[in-house]
Amino acid sequence: MKVSLFVTCLTDTFYPRTGIAVVKVLERLGCAVDFPQAQTCCGQPMFNNGFTDEARDLARRMIEVFEDSEYVVTPSGSCCAMIHDYYPQLFKDDPAMAARAKELVEKTYEFYQFLLTVLKVDLKSLGAKWSGRVTYHYSCHLRGLGMTDEAVRLIRQIEGVEYVPLPKAEQCCGFGGTFAMKYPQISGTLVRDKVACIRDTRAAAVVSNDAGCTMNISGSCRRENHAVTFLSLAEIIAESLGLMEATAV
Amino acid sequence: MSSTPSQSRTSGHDAGKPVGLSVNGHDLLFPPLPYDIHARADKATADKQLLDFVHVATYRKDVTRKQVTSAAFGDRHGAFRDLGAAIKQHTLDHLDHYLEQFVDNATAAGVKVHFAQNAEQANAICLDIARRAGAKLCVKSKSMVTEETQLLPQLEAMGVETVETDLGEFIIQLDHDAPSHIVTPMIHKNRQSVARAFERELGAPYTEDPQELTQIARAHLREKYRRADLGISGGNFLVAETGSVVICTNEGNGRFCTSAPRVHVAFVGIEKLVPTLEHLGVMLKLLARTSTGQPLTVYTHVMTGPRRAHEHGGPDEMHVILLDNGRTEILKPETREMLRCIRCGACLNACPVYRKVGGHSYGAVYSGPIGALITPMFRGLANYPDLPNASSLCGACYEACPVKINIPKYLIQLRAEMVSRRITKWSDRMMYRMWARSLGRGWTYRLGGWAQKLFFRWQARVAGTLESGDPYRARGWLNDLPGAAGGWTSQRDMPTPPARSFRQWWDEQNRP
Repeated sequence: MKVSLFVTCLTDTFYPRTGIAVVKVLERLGCAVDFPQAQTCCGQPMFNNGFTDEARDLARRMIEVFEDSEYVVTPSGSCCAMIHDYYPQLFKDDPAMAARAKELVEKTYEFYQFLLTVLKVDLKSLGAKWSGRVTYHYSCHLRGLGMTDEAVRLIRQIEGVEYVPLPKAEQCCGFGGTFAMKYPQISGTLVRDKVACIRDTRAAAVVSNDAGCTMNISGSCRRENHAVTFLSLAEIIAESLGLMEATAV
Repeated sequence: MSSTPSQSRTSGHDAGKPVGLSVNGHDLLFPPLPYDIHARADKATADKQLLDFVHVATYRKDVTRKQVTSAAFGDRHGAFRDLGAAIKQHTLDHLDHYLEQFVDNATAAGVKVHFAQNAEQANAICLDIARRAGAKLCVKSKSMVTEETQLLPQLEAMGVETVETDLGEFIIQLDHDAPSHIVTPMIHKNRQSVARAFERELGAPYTEDPQELTQIARAHLREKYRRADLGISGGNFLVAETGSVVICTNEGNGRFCTSAPRVHVAFVGIEKLVPTLEHLGVMLKLLARTSTGQPLTVYTHVMTGPRRAHEHGGPDEMHVILLDNGRTEILKPETREMLRCIRCGACLNACPVYRKVGGHSYGAVYSGPIGALITPMFRGLANYPDLPNASSLCGACYEACPVKINIPKYLIQLRAEMVSRRITKWSDRMMYRMWARSLGRGWTYRLGGWAQKLFFRWQARVAGTLESGDPYRARGWLNDLPGAAGGWTSQRDMPTPPARSFRQWWDEQNRP
């Protein structure tokens, strides 16, 4: 199976280990992974702030870059939701491009959505092992993809993981892109609430799968003096399968 | 005033004494424009007590809504919401038809139907009715539309004592406060402030016991119902095929207000129509469960015309004032979906921002996610530039909405309108366009990422926070960034990128 990685701009720069983990896990599961070098950003920051024309240009670029791909997999619910929820709408006045946008939508998957629905992975049978107390941050954009407990199901398949549900899991961490900078007080109050919930779980590691949320929550944990490790789902899976050095927690 | 525990619950108050006058153009809901959210939002987020009430109450309501809707509808919940959305959308798509039908049928049932283009007209119609009826005392059940038209101060100015009878609204009126939630108007208030208001305005003995407080209000209001000659209500729905006004309440005050006084006036927005009673059934099931987690509100009144000759109860005159006040502007196809709203309040309860800032931070009658859409539509986008922007677009509101209004999508649409109408600041427009350009080419994207990494890591080195180890993982931390990024570091630390990017790893692997 041929899979193209859409790494996303934040993961590329801020969380490269997540991208590496995605490649290693997919290859371990028998996929041939390629990385179209011309990819940049899905255009979400522009689109969300009302810069529709600029977002459309970036969307067009994405559609072209991944035109020949069989599957597109991305370790970000947020960027995946941007493609799914808004790309067709961006080209509603251009039927030819709209059709190409729809093609991209149909073949684009969030990383673990891909693991569960396309590859139908069972981590237990692959001998996944990881030791530690773990909680999971549900990122809001998974709602747009209709995803609920997929990540939890995967985490629970890993032997040795003591999974603790995060209280108020469905409440946004307050990232919201530029929202975090334009409305710092509101955003800050929300993220401190999230950190308090994480503290309550006494988890040693937080699985957080969207780079934006991770920057926000980990930055707040550090400010509030709560020591905890952040891992993406791809990382914890890669580690549990022995594809990467295990993080000591 | 000191409280004497031995005093009986209500002996201290004079049932005939007018309650505190309502505040004209309440600053909380009608602030100077253009409105900037920051001052109130920052104050609210720092108010631990307010956070405790609003956050805890909304969070609980949201949990209840999820439990109740999933128990009642199971895996058909989505289909039921689709149905509710389709009913409202269909009605809005043919609003002229259903309005005519409603007017014909209501008129045939003996209702006097009035059209009001704006708040002033609606109030003028009501004042005229009150004048002709020689009204002295008005009892009023809950209505967001009369908040929108600021009716009460005007009635009071012409000498009609007007009493809010919904318990929450009654307390708000006594305390010269303003509602902060569509369904739970006093969600921001605590028992102590209620006790103080009752003591001060009604002369009741100080008590914080909810039962006793309710009894004090009840005794006071009973007397008003008996003497009132004018009753004012809102309307949750209008049924076109029967010409009925439907109100849903939990306290029974709505029934008193609409049946005891000689004249009943209902203020209703034109978007509240549904075609038939069968459609009403669907909407009632959705409304109660998503709003308060009940299978049905305790009282559901379907009022079709005034008292008939053979009937004992009911008003002699029934008026319906159909209010536009900006609604036909929203009816244009690009925004029509917003008018589906049935004011259940579920989006407020689900919204993380509402939970943290409370309703008054929105500076308008309608708060929360739906308020962030319709307030700029009603009162001007340039007057409320923050409302579409002060959202993380988390989508909890859309998920909660019983009629599936895609609130995040429309928030973004309003942001786009701000850009195209140049309400968005010049500097922001420049910044985003330059950012988009740098992302539009492979080499500029790489250059930008590299420069950002270099700057952040240099800052972290200076600050002494740079970690050593795995070049794809070890990073530094910043706690004092300049400019717009200062908004980030005022609240939390900023991680820097690790030494190497994913692309560098990929290149190193000599992959194609």
